[in-house]
Amino acid sequence: MAADNLPTEFDVVILGTGLSESVIAAACARVGQRVLHVDRRSYYAANWASFTFNGLLSWIDDNKQGGQSPEEVLDWSGKVESGEDILPLSTMDTSISNLEVFCYTSEEPEEDEEEKKEDATPISTLSPAPQSEGEEGNQATSPTDNRRNHEGETTLDILSESPPEQQDQEECAPLAEDQQILSSDGEPQGEEQLSGSAPTQAKKKKISYTKIVKEGRRFNIDLVSKLMYSRGLLVDLLIKSNVSRYAEFKNVSRILTYRQGKVEQVPCSRADVFGSKELTVVEKRMLMKFLTFCLDYEQHPEEYQDFTERSFWEFLQNNMLTENLQHFVLHSIAMVPRETHTEEGLRSTQHFLRSLGRYGNTPFLFPIYGLGEIPQCFCRMCAVFGGIYCLRHSVQCLVLDKESGRCKAVIDTCGQRISCSHFVVEDGYIREEQRKGVEHKHISRAVLITDGLLLQSESEQQISLVTVPPLEPGAPAVRLVELCSSTMTCMPGTYLVHLTCPSSGSAREDLQPVVSRLFTKPASAGEEGDGSDERPAVLWAVYFNMRDSTAADRSGYDLPGNVHVCSGPDAALGSDHSIRLAQEVFRQLAPHEEFCPPAPNPEDIVYDGDGGQGEGAGFSEAAQAEEGAAEEAEESKEKEASQESSPVEVGEMPDPPPAPLAEE
Amino acid sequence: CDSLLVTAITAATEKVKTKRRENRFRNRNGLKSVLDEEVLLLTQQLLSSNPDFATLWNYRREILLHLETVRSEDEIQRLYEEELSFLEACLKVNPKSYGSWHHRGWVSTRLPRPDWARELSLCERCLSLDDRNFHCWDYRRMVVRVSGVPVDQELQFTDRLIGSNFSNYSSWHYRSTLLEPPTSSACSSPSTSPQTHSHRVCEEQLLKEYELVQNAFFTDPNDQSAWFYYRWLLGRAEREEMISCVYVSREGERVVVAFSRPVNALSVGLLLVVDGQPQQVNWRSAHPRLRHSPMWICDLPPGTISDTSNEHNLTVHWTERHTHRDCALYTGRSESWCRDSATDLELFRSELSVEKSSVLQSELQSCTQLLELEPQNKWCLLTIILLMRALDPLGYEKETLAYFQTLKEVDSMRTSYYSDLCSKFMIENTILKMEYAEVRVFSLCEKNLSTLCHLDQLLLVTHINLSSNQLLGLPPQFAMLQCLEVLQADDNAIENLEGVYHLSKLEEVSLRNNNITQLSDLKILTTCPRLARLDLRGNPITQIANIQSQLAELLPSITELLL
Repeated sequence: MAADNLPTEFDVVILGTGLSESVIAAACARVGQRVLHVDRRSYYAANWASFTFNGLLSWIDDNKQGGQSPEEVLDWSGKVESGEDILPLSTMDTSISNLEVFCYTSEEPEEDEEEKKEDATPISTLSPAPQSEGEEGNQATSPTDNRRNHEGETTLDILSESPPEQQDQEECAPLAEDQQILSSDGEPQGEEQLSGSAPTQAKKKKISYTKIVKEGRRFNIDLVSKLMYSRGLLVDLLIKSNVSRYAEFKNVSRILTYRQGKVEQVPCSRADVFGSKELTVVEKRMLMKFLTFCLDYEQHPEEYQDFTERSFWEFLQNNMLTENLQHFVLHSIAMVPRETHTEEGLRSTQHFLRSLGRYGNTPFLFPIYGLGEIPQCFCRMCAVFGGIYCLRHSVQCLVLDKESGRCKAVIDTCGQRISCSHFVVEDGYIREEQRKGVEHKHISRAVLITDGLLLQSESEQQISLVTVPPLEPGAPAVRLVELCSSTMTCMPGTYLVHLTCPSSGSAREDLQPVVSRLFTKPASAGEEGDGSDERPAVLWAVYFNMRDSTAADRSGYDLPGNVHVCSGPDAALGSDHSIRLAQEVFRQLAPHEEFCPPAPNPEDIVYDGDGGQGEGAGFSEAAQAEEGAAEEAEESKEKEASQESSPVEVGEMPDPPPAPLAEE
Repeated sequence: CDSLLVTAITAATEKVKTKRRENRFRNRNGLKSVLDEEVLLLTQQLLSSNPDFATLWNYRREILLHLETVRSEDEIQRLYEEELSFLEACLKVNPKSYGSWHHRGWVSTRLPRPDWARELSLCERCLSLDDRNFHCWDYRRMVVRVSGVPVDQELQFTDRLIGSNFSNYSSWHYRSTLLEPPTSSACSSPSTSPQTHSHRVCEEQLLKEYELVQNAFFTDPNDQSAWFYYRWLLGRAEREEMISCVYVSREGERVVVAFSRPVNALSVGLLLVVDGQPQQVNWRSAHPRLRHSPMWICDLPPGTISDTSNEHNLTVHWTERHTHRDCALYTGRSESWCRDSATDLELFRSELSVEKSSVLQSELQSCTQLLELEPQNKWCLLTIILLMRALDPLGYEKETLAYFQTLKEVDSMRTSYYSDLCSKFMIENTILKMEYAEVRVFSLCEKNLSTLCHLDQLLLVTHINLSSNQLLGLPPQFAMLQCLEVLQADDNAIENLEGVYHLSKLEEVSLRNNNITQLSDLKILTTCPRLARLDLRGNPITQIANIQSQLAELLPSITELLL
């Protein structure tokens, strides 16, 4: 829909396409509200976005260019009637700061040599810079073909042009389609093919910057790095709402940790503990005993009541856990700092453990093509139910009713007045004046492109979560997510590594120590690495800080009651906060409506006059889908109960398997 | 839609039936059968909605066999490959369909150029979806056997399956079949001890297995799969089948033969030779209810050995096992026996391996360590008891009893099982003590016995004291105490004297404070001709009026009756 002739009346106007906003948009559209969803950026998902390499470079440029002059201040008086007030919104995005880019790999002759080999110097260092607004007219884009549309590419292109990806796609297809049954270990097969073109570990082929740029669209680099807890709110919502059909997932295959200068695997599931070579049998027993207790710790208050006022760390020490078990539980399973209270630590441990075994041997899922897919999936659902989307389109100001103090309408970038009964906005659009009572934290982020796995294994295709405990007292624990090419986030032979921690300084100050411990720089042109250093090399890196507004309280904003603020991403590993927030906002918007009920299959929706099957087919289908989800949930429960998780076909997740061979 | 389907299926079934009928008719009349692809197609339609239709599979096989004779090899190959893909579809409908798996096995063996790798990966796929699908396990075993997959590779396969889920006993069990060499070769191996032969796994592999299984039961001590496998690993040696004892009674003119395992003497070719003369005798077990028995009895023709001034040499041949045992009855002796000098190791420890005691000792240590962490774990307790029995049954008697007590507390559902097991061990210990003391008096007072066993070992016992236990009866096996003269079983809850059967030397029976209620319970005593003293004080039967006279009538041989 062209942005200059939008309807002038909506139930909800949503500004920003981050996760919470997108979920709200989908939920509202699903219950029949008229939704206008806009974002001034040229891409979906705001700070949750995923970029191709080139996309990321232009994002870096955008954030680097600094003060793009704000829009000319229009005269809105013509749009405003008596008894109305104007509340302008911010035109600048200041959520990204301390952006620094490093390139360690040689930029081949044909490239401009502005960067030289090892002694990497920051290409750019910048302070918060305003984000440019889409100046070339406002385009409305349809989120139904939204994947990286800011790059002018569609998914289809990518797939048809790169066979290995295609291969992988098939591998992810739901099981039991046909002939699938024979590709018994489809995964290894697919991987072999993938890695066939990749350099082997033994003979690391140098990967040049040019190659990275050339293969850049194979990257899907997330701005935030999160994983999905298999029993987290996000996964539950994806299943419940049927939004999951728009995405495919892979299991995180390993949980690793950094201990005593080494990266090692964390035994977290029953099978891991059984198979672990590092633990003694007694340690195995102790760990299993402790984890079993955590699974339903509420039932045994006597075990921890003496420790409610003390830290989880002390509790662990008191539980006869050896030092390495304490490390595993605290840093890699509970993933909490030492001083965390016992009950919170137990809750975190329980959350982790409950997610185990639902889809695989680790508790986490990662969406193929990156986390940026998830908000887009919800946008798509919103669009399917009639929501209208405009990218590069924003709201300049709100029109307030003086008497009630409520927001009556908004005025968009084109100066058009659009009335609405609710306005949902991402925190970044709120002016400083309106959020004086809000304090922000920051997240330190680094994205590395590396040439090898942190911990070698039989398969090169591994998705690993690596927990790095504070290197020195007071420093934050750092979380690494290492993604392989089968997640469609990097090209074969490289790995995409995300580092995240709550900021105490700039991203580089926070994360550089960890990077230098875990990674090396590539050997320079002449010298060959002597092979003694097994650490992977960093080819390219970007550091930046992102604002974390999740701690903000609604009361901190000076805004009308029907204006709802959504925070951006937080530093946590899961996305529960954003989902909970979306749910709360939705409850205020539509107190009596169900939150994201299962959507019928698009193919099954019968429109008026379509004839044929008669009315209501869509609904009966929806009911079936619900049943399916319930069944599926039931099945997973059983699975967990018996701890018999078979490796799950990723992508099969949301749908009940058509003919489950595994029926007991 | 459903009704449409039903109609279609019915129609197709009818068509197949017609074809088959026609086929039979043609067969009968010497005409060419209707074995064509149309029927293949029809049966395929039917089977794809219900793969458990054995008749249709049979019909398909008939057709395929027929086609084999008229088609070229390449065509047959293609035909069978199509069959295999069709079977995959059927297995998706029902992964546990007997018909589909059986047919797949058949097709695989008929295939001119079989692709076993494909079959193995199919199995792996199915097992990854359901690791307990025994159809698939069976099929896999077939594929492995036919295609000659090396054992190492299969062991690695079980490693993988156990690694992903060690609760799946199917994987453990498959592992045990891979480790165990074929029984026949183990039997003929001369290096095994003469008394027992075991199917052992080589030591190095065994230690690896111990480690693996310990990882499992330390990770989850409540998982029975690992414990069962552990029991298997610790050994299951069996005593060699042999004649363990020959007993001759001159006075009764009777020969009693005891075997190391229950046998049916009527069918194993038992031959008695007295002084070089084969004897025509009727072998009978100690009690008519025992058809398989470790003990068999025969009466010699009157006068064969009754003269005390003669010496006799008896030989019992067990022709089926090519073994025999001699026994000499010397002049002036009223009885004689020749028995195998079995040590305790061979007598009772065979249930738990003849493994080197150092290995058992270290296994005991690991289990004790686990018990410290999991004092309530029944599997661990039971395994410790078994290990202790294997190491030193008498030395660990006290600990064993204590562990049994704990077991009964933590696993109250199986109290009776543990009581019986404990009784068995107590009896074994007493037998061992008796063996060492070389006496014929056997006392099992106050052992909390709930059951009697190993009674074949008590063939020579003349005095037995079972007082103060929890026995409910004397089982048929009790009749194996062929030399018994005095039976004391006071303070039990005995209601049933079934086993006091044809004990020709029994003179004295004391059953004070038991639960004998009716005269008919005592009827069995009439088979013991020498019974002279019977003590029934404290039994309900004493309350019956006229009981004394009734008893005197029933058992005229009794001279001393205490009521």
